[in-house]
Amino acid sequence: MQLQGKAWKFGDNIDTDQIIPARYLNTSDPAELAKHCMEDADVGFAAAVNDGDLIVGGSNFGCGSSREHAPISIKSAGVSCVIAASFARIFYRNAFNIGLPILECAEAVAGITQGDAVAVDAGTGMIKNLTTGKDYQAKPIPPFMQEVIAAGGLIEHVKRKLG
Amino acid sequence: MGMTITEKILAKHAGRERVEPGELISAKVDAVLGNDITAPLAITEFEKIGVERVFDPERVYLVPDHFVPNKDIKSAEQAKLMREFARKQELVHYFEVGRMGIEHCLLPEQGLVVPGDVIIGADSHTCTYGALGAFATGVGSTDLAAAMALGETWFKVPETIKFVYEGELPKWVSGKDLILYTIGDIGVEGARYMAMEFTGPVIEKLSMDGRFTMCNMAIEAGAKNGIVPPDEITAEYVRERAKRPYHFEYSDEDAQYARTITYDASWIEPQVSFPHSPDNTRPVTRATHVQVDQVVIGSCTNGRIEDLRVAARILNKRKVHPNVRMIVFPGTQEIYLQAMSEGLFRIFIEAGGAVSTPTCGPCLGGHMGILAKGERAVATTNRNFIGRMGHPESEVYLASPAVAAASAITGRITHPEEVI
Repeated sequence: MQLQGKAWKFGDNIDTDQIIPARYLNTSDPAELAKHCMEDADVGFAAAVNDGDLIVGGSNFGCGSSREHAPISIKSAGVSCVIAASFARIFYRNAFNIGLPILECAEAVAGITQGDAVAVDAGTGMIKNLTTGKDYQAKPIPPFMQEVIAAGGLIEHVKRKLG
Repeated sequence: MGMTITEKILAKHAGRERVEPGELISAKVDAVLGNDITAPLAITEFEKIGVERVFDPERVYLVPDHFVPNKDIKSAEQAKLMREFARKQELVHYFEVGRMGIEHCLLPEQGLVVPGDVIIGADSHTCTYGALGAFATGVGSTDLAAAMALGETWFKVPETIKFVYEGELPKWVSGKDLILYTIGDIGVEGARYMAMEFTGPVIEKLSMDGRFTMCNMAIEAGAKNGIVPPDEITAEYVRERAKRPYHFEYSDEDAQYARTITYDASWIEPQVSFPHSPDNTRPVTRATHVQVDQVVIGSCTNGRIEDLRVAARILNKRKVHPNVRMIVFPGTQEIYLQAMSEGLFRIFIEAGGAVSTPTCGPCLGGHMGILAKGERAVATTNRNFIGRMGHPESEVYLASPAVAAASAITGRITHPEEVI
């Protein structure tokens, strides 16, 4: 899967309260959640992000609450992929379960600056910074996660399992 | 080679002799839980799977606690969706307002989570139940949906960090201070993907309420689970409560740990986590310049009877500072009644504080105590992220019930010794 867009850089320990503050959790409507995506980290993000853009975070991205509303708001805001140096574990599971591509690559995070054009092959984990011309290889996605992705998310995977 | 308590519980639920850290396993769950924020999404996903019934109507726990009593029309709709699902599926353990509590106080109290269990919950603080010697971890709504259908889920077996607390707890130092100190030491990703096993002479003497507080905040160090080896204190707690058979597991002498970290608790002061991260801890004596507008005592971290008792002891015959709003949130209806019968509410109210029905409301900036721009709170809750209790430019300082109560009296962060 080829993904391409502009990079939006964020720091370390971006928690799910910053990704989608609890004041908006009285709904689970993806379109509504998208309007407030990343609001407490960058109040202008949701209005300015374009379809296909990428979020580039530091370490421990998505820490804190288990709210699946966080990856849902990112996905429904049009973000094609999140690249981070590392992910908090619940966010990591949630992203795969709902079909949001995420890649772990500290080198890419260091080599991408705000606004760079970035292309990603989510299948191979190859990240290209089109602005600088540098390539990066993300950590491989565990085989079980690949099965979940191939099925189209956890629910489809469970449906197959139940036959 | 031996196994840790976490590995043993996971092996048993995976139908295996042993498991190794890093392995991906499929394990049976003893129960799953969701709340009024996470269950509605899980229910929508569950219905896409196409199975008629949940795997066991006695083992799917639904607790409306975050935005209840319903804070607005949208949250009322979410709670309604959950209630109707519980009725349709004939769930035995759905807890309505008036009979509910904050989920992580309620389920252990009701004996619905027991030692040796594997529990997943669509709430990150599900790790609280590790205090009973169970494996419990937070997941998202889709994982909850899948487990509601299958009665099992997949895990990566975590490595374990063993924490040993030596010495004696000084006066006014509690389980909350130990876990804040620990998170301050290892950082918010210091135990990412790992199990935190809390051991040593201090833990052996720590009450169940103190152990719940410690395991509750394991997630704030990035951990998958926190766990305490069960003992006579555990047995005493579960004996009258357990609704299911339970068993105690213990780490082997030759179990493998990723690290062992030893602290001498005798030297630990009451701790305060400064904004905006739980690992930004300082001893309370280095925080006494911070003036506060609101004090919150309660939550799944510190809303148990022992927490209310220590706060009441400090507030007895004293007054909340005129510039401070103090709000007390007992964890469950049972705790509420107990506190009432012990006269604790009279103390809080005569001091000038408010007492609320159980709710997660203020802890996550939902309702019942939201902060305005520039306001500061001392809270016995678990997170002080940006905007956690309200306006993105408000601030939350995390502390124990003793420090929170003392701070309510002076209007600034205060060591209990200063007011007693």
